Amino acid sequence: MNPVLTPSTVNEFVEAVRSHPRVLAVGAGTKPRLSAVGDDVVRLSTAKLSGTTEYEPEEYTFTALAGTPVREIAAALAAKGQYLPFDPFLLEAGATLGGTVAAGLSGPGRFRFGGLRDFILGVRFIDGLGRELRLGGKVVKNAAGFDLPKFFVGSLGRFGVLLEFTFKVFPRAASTLTLRLPVPDATAALALFTAAGLGRWEADAVDLLPSGDAVALRLAGPEETLVVLAQEILTRFPGEILSPIAADALWQSLREFRWTSPEDTVLKIALPPAEVPALTANVRVSDGRVHVSSGGNVAYVALPGAADPRILGVPALTLRGSTPLWINPVTAPAIVAAVKSALDPFNRFPGL
Amino acid sequence: MPPTLARFAALLPCDRLLFAPEHLAAYESDALTAFHTRPLAIALPETADEVIALVRACHAEKIPFVARGSGTSLSGGSLPVAGGLVIALNRLNKVLHLDPAGRTAVVQPGVINLAVTAAAAPHGLHYAPDPSSQSICTIGGNVAFNSGGAHCLKYGMTSNHVLGIKAVLATGEVVRFGGASREQIGPDWCGLFTGNEGLFGIALEITLQLLPKAECFHTVLAGYRTLEQAGDAVSAIVASGLLPGAIEMMDALALAAASAAVHADYPPGCEAVLIVELEGPREGVAADRVRLDSIIAASTPVEARPARNAAERVAIWKGRKSAFSAVGRLSPDFIVQDGVVPRRRLGEALRRIGEMTREAGLRCANVFHAGDGNLHPLILYDGKQPGEFERAEALAGRILKMCIAMGGSITGEHGVGMEKRDYLPELFNPDEIDCLQRIRTAFDPLTIANPGKMFPGGDAPALATHGLHPLEKAGVISRE
Repeated sequence: MNPVLTPSTVNEFVEAVRSHPRVLAVGAGTKPRLSAVGDDVVRLSTAKLSGTTEYEPEEYTFTALAGTPVREIAAALAAKGQYLPFDPFLLEAGATLGGTVAAGLSGPGRFRFGGLRDFILGVRFIDGLGRELRLGGKVVKNAAGFDLPKFFVGSLGRFGVLLEFTFKVFPRAASTLTLRLPVPDATAALALFTAAGLGRWEADAVDLLPSGDAVALRLAGPEETLVVLAQEILTRFPGEILSPIAADALWQSLREFRWTSPEDTVLKIALPPAEVPALTANVRVSDGRVHVSSGGNVAYVALPGAADPRILGVPALTLRGSTPLWINPVTAPAIVAAVKSALDPFNRFPGL
Repeated sequence: MPPTLARFAALLPCDRLLFAPEHLAAYESDALTAFHTRPLAIALPETADEVIALVRACHAEKIPFVARGSGTSLSGGSLPVAGGLVIALNRLNKVLHLDPAGRTAVVQPGVINLAVTAAAAPHGLHYAPDPSSQSICTIGGNVAFNSGGAHCLKYGMTSNHVLGIKAVLATGEVVRFGGASREQIGPDWCGLFTGNEGLFGIALEITLQLLPKAECFHTVLAGYRTLEQAGDAVSAIVASGLLPGAIEMMDALALAAASAAVHADYPPGCEAVLIVELEGPREGVAADRVRLDSIIAASTPVEARPARNAAERVAIWKGRKSAFSAVGRLSPDFIVQDGVVPRRRLGEALRRIGEMTREAGLRCANVFHAGDGNLHPLILYDGKQPGEFERAEALAGRILKMCIAMGGSITGEHGVGMEKRDYLPELFNPDEIDCLQRIRTAFDPLTIANPGKMFPGGDAPALATHGLHPLEKAGVISRE
């Protein structure tokens, strides 16, 4: 078992990094495979590094410590009529902001305005030399210095201990409306993704459900507008408007991975929409299920524990389960090792 | 021919390696015309393989290189290096692939920004980042400097629209980051590469995301007696929960210039004009415009003019986009700043810029992206008057320091480049700059890719007081 420390201040984190040869920051462990590393690595829990340090609703920005539960942030934003447009996963499960950034997970709402990478503005972190650094900025527009905040999205904490982030947020739309549109197969789902991407509706989310037989399409905007748009969509793609309660339950089930069973291996796959039919066919062969999100740009696959994810034939990241972290990895160019060495010359943090 | 030139001459036909003085002169500056440096030679590759071969030759011979698109950098980002090679990418200007269903385009670095939208338009799509030089600036330059535009609050900057990059790094290594998907697994290498200011290498193929063109627009021009009133109106709009596609502001000097130049018609007696644009499905815009119009009415404008049709909308934007070159006609020379302040401090920032300008005995016009706090103070001076350039530079420095003190940034969209490299230490401490340097040398151990930019120090280039860029005089581009 890995030893676990729970530093409660930034200085204690700096001290912990400097005094241990191998460390990895961990959050709430909602994506357990990402922090399953060798026993020689000391885990630095961010549980006590929690709280929103700045929130300026009129600036559309907030700054919060890595261990802050995303649920808390979402609630504070909602109180001011704002939200996280990248629609984070696993809120109810207790996911932290740091874990969400390191994992690089964005929910169905990324379809409209972009993912977590598109809203992160600044980062405070400890590099492999044990230095506390701040890069990026705290204003919504900034082009000074290399964009380390973006680079750290999906970095799994392998380049530094992420301590604090500044994000851009948006005003929340006045209302939302969700349509459930049955589809015979993934090809029909792809046609719907394309229509949503090209249409005038400005869809907020469009996902193929794990049941494989329907697409959920969410609209967001002024209430009177959504009804008109929904009727227009239904004339082209027959289906139904979900009640607000049913819609909330549907999106929450997707965000919380409630459609998976605890023994499943859960994988993330980034793909172009055109590859959705081939992927869904391969998943079916493996007796798995798949939630295709963000208009076909990302898939979350649940495979029975015994299945070998390599037969999916595409690169994947294991979020949960005992399969290797990277499935079907592409060969890393030399620059990957060079940048790792620049930020972490003593290999304090586990490799990617 | 010197041996180094011979090395390059072996890689390109003789008419695509320029080293005669009259050819070099054309590449001595970019849009930051105050600086000029004569390079060793200009290479005009036509294929990605030629670019790769040139970079590998530079690496082998330890010769610095600067990639250049249309030379519209306002931070001196494509200023040549003395004794170095300029790799001009204008001939790599093809849209290689357009996927309307997936809403992506794969383009070469020399493709003009607006050409992407032109290629996408038949499918109802567009490329969102819209720097004011978009009719001439290239995607390669946009990627290198993470260019912005008037719609960044809602749509983000270039970086938010780059999905994939094939690049040759300064080591000669060819890499592919990202791809055709909007998502990724693993660290965001595209995010790191975008905005590298040419210090990592040269992008050879860029995969861009395209967005559907909004169905409907509602554009309002509102004039205010004071800058504070206009600033308060911005705050009220932002606080209302509306998310306009653009919120832009111009001050009195900019208004006077735009009126004179393009006969833009503004309400008389205004110290500031605000332009606010909503966009979306027609039903959504119809609902939102009722709210916007009532907020603007409550903000006591001298006059508010909604565009009644597409022609009036175009006229409003024409006045706005021509404002900079128009102001340039008031003065032989000017410096453009690109600082960012928190939006709620816009009014205070403008007041202090006004005070500092008066203290310096100069004039300053302001045209800026109010929605995201990105200021573009335009400091007018006459380089032929002894000491004026130095006073203008000193004023520019005071403005940047004010932006930092207010919790903002020294650059919103132009990049650090040559112009602001000495201010990087005001924003980042020595450890942070060291961290950036370590990443830079991971990509470029010999520091041959665009050396002298972004980081403080290095040789100072020659200063000149050329006046306006020829394209600015022609009104084709503007400095913002």
